[in-house]
Amino acid sequence: MGAGHAHPLHLPGTSPVHRLSPQVKVLAAFMVVFCVVATPRAAFATYGGYLVLLAAVWVIAAIPPGWIGRRALIELPFVVLAVLLPFAQGGERVDVAGLSLSADGLLDGWNIIIKGTLGVLTSLTLAATTSPRDLLLGLQRLRIPATITTIATLMLRYVEVIIGEARRMRIARVSRGHDPRLLWQAGATARSVGRLFLRSYERGERVHLAMVARGFTGAMPALDERPVPRLEWTLGMLPVAVALALVVGAWATA
Amino acid sequence: MSIPALRVSELRFDYPDGHRALDSIDLAVAPGERVALLGPNGAGKTTLVLQLNGVLRPSSGSVEVSGLPVRAEHLREIRRRVGIVFQDPDDQLFMPTVAEDVAFGPANFGVRGPELDARVHDALTAVDMAGHAGRSPLHLSGGQRKRVALATVLACDPEVLVIDEPSSNLDPVARRELAEVLLRLDRTMLMVTHDLPYALQLCPRSVVLDDGRVVADGPTRELLADPELLSRHRLELPYGFTLAGG
Repeated sequence: MGAGHAHPLHLPGTSPVHRLSPQVKVLAAFMVVFCVVATPRAAFATYGGYLVLLAAVWVIAAIPPGWIGRRALIELPFVVLAVLLPFAQGGERVDVAGLSLSADGLLDGWNIIIKGTLGVLTSLTLAATTSPRDLLLGLQRLRIPATITTIATLMLRYVEVIIGEARRMRIARVSRGHDPRLLWQAGATARSVGRLFLRSYERGERVHLAMVARGFTGAMPALDERPVPRLEWTLGMLPVAVALALVVGAWATA
Repeated sequence: MSIPALRVSELRFDYPDGHRALDSIDLAVAPGERVALLGPNGAGKTTLVLQLNGVLRPSSGSVEVSGLPVRAEHLREIRRRVGIVFQDPDDQLFMPTVAEDVAFGPANFGVRGPELDARVHDALTAVDMAGHAGRSPLHLSGGQRKRVALATVLACDPEVLVIDEPSSNLDPVARRELAEVLLRLDRTMLMVTHDLPYALQLCPRSVVLDDGRVVADGPTRELLADPELLSRHRLELPYGFTLAGG
């Protein structure tokens, strides 16, 4: 194995956004999303403001919009429901391009799509500028319960090991003439999944044993406790301040 | 003789289903000694190893590490004194980066700050992996992972180093590189292995375990030169190898 194992959602870089401490970024992203969710659905200009804010962060972090755009497509399956709303919902109707649509449904659909999209874009921005292990470090420093961060740490480490195991098991099946597309051969796939579960479970036992042998008593030692400089907090909270101003403005004019 | 680094006396261990895994094991390892623990699959080697740091407890008999008995109230100190390197490095290395994994053990034992950094650096230097501190264990070769797994235990500064099947799954070069590292360490070492030439290269003394009992204990070269002893206990030198007695 060599290089090139970068995480698909992480875009390594050295911009000021990349260099911010992870806990600052996690908190900032959370609060921006909170502001987005709290915005009234008809405040169209405010949503434009959020988009400009995100675009500004992309420019500083040197993230190409296309890079974000391709990864934002993950949202598509969830959009289907939002698209159905204008047709399905009752109440006052409006005509759009010859179709009679529910005005309320249109607004609801828009509400879901725009908030969902802004949420996905914010998360992608956080993921792009923060490596998975920094994200965990950030969560740990934000005093997220240790059980959760430990599970996430182990998941991050072993998901690739387990995927590798699954791949080798699949190749071994296919090499013996197995064709997973055939329905009557689904049983073999199902048994493999069961086998993989058992193997992962046994590995979990062995990993735990190895941790205990090195003095593990249930709590992960905190390894890096440097305080964050105030300037970093100020910089990181700038986008939050803008988002806060946007949402307050939207409610004031609504 | 001074206090042995490891003393196992009259150790017996039964599994909950009544199966006797270890039977009257007596074993003493002097400080600085390197001993190979040989035996066929199912002989009880791993069960014995897990007794040494108190993961399993004896049904009767006792284990002492540098004079300290393995008991519940000493477990933390026992686990610092006995470092176990497990067979599959993927079971041992679970942190996102090599350096964090090496720091995990000493941090559990209360080492912090610059001293922790120094421990990590020294342990990685000892296994020739100092240049890989920031990498993910996933991206290392098998031999590199094995050496990092060794470093994670070395960083705890153990008095007894127990290594389970060090040479398994290694190509010949990685196998030799690991041997060079191990020979350089100068620590009390108990090495569980099937790899008889490796035992000969690294450990002047060997103990053969079969069916839960110690069936032979002596200079490695003498034991390996006894074909009857080997075949009686399902041990075998690689094809084409024979040893002159020494």
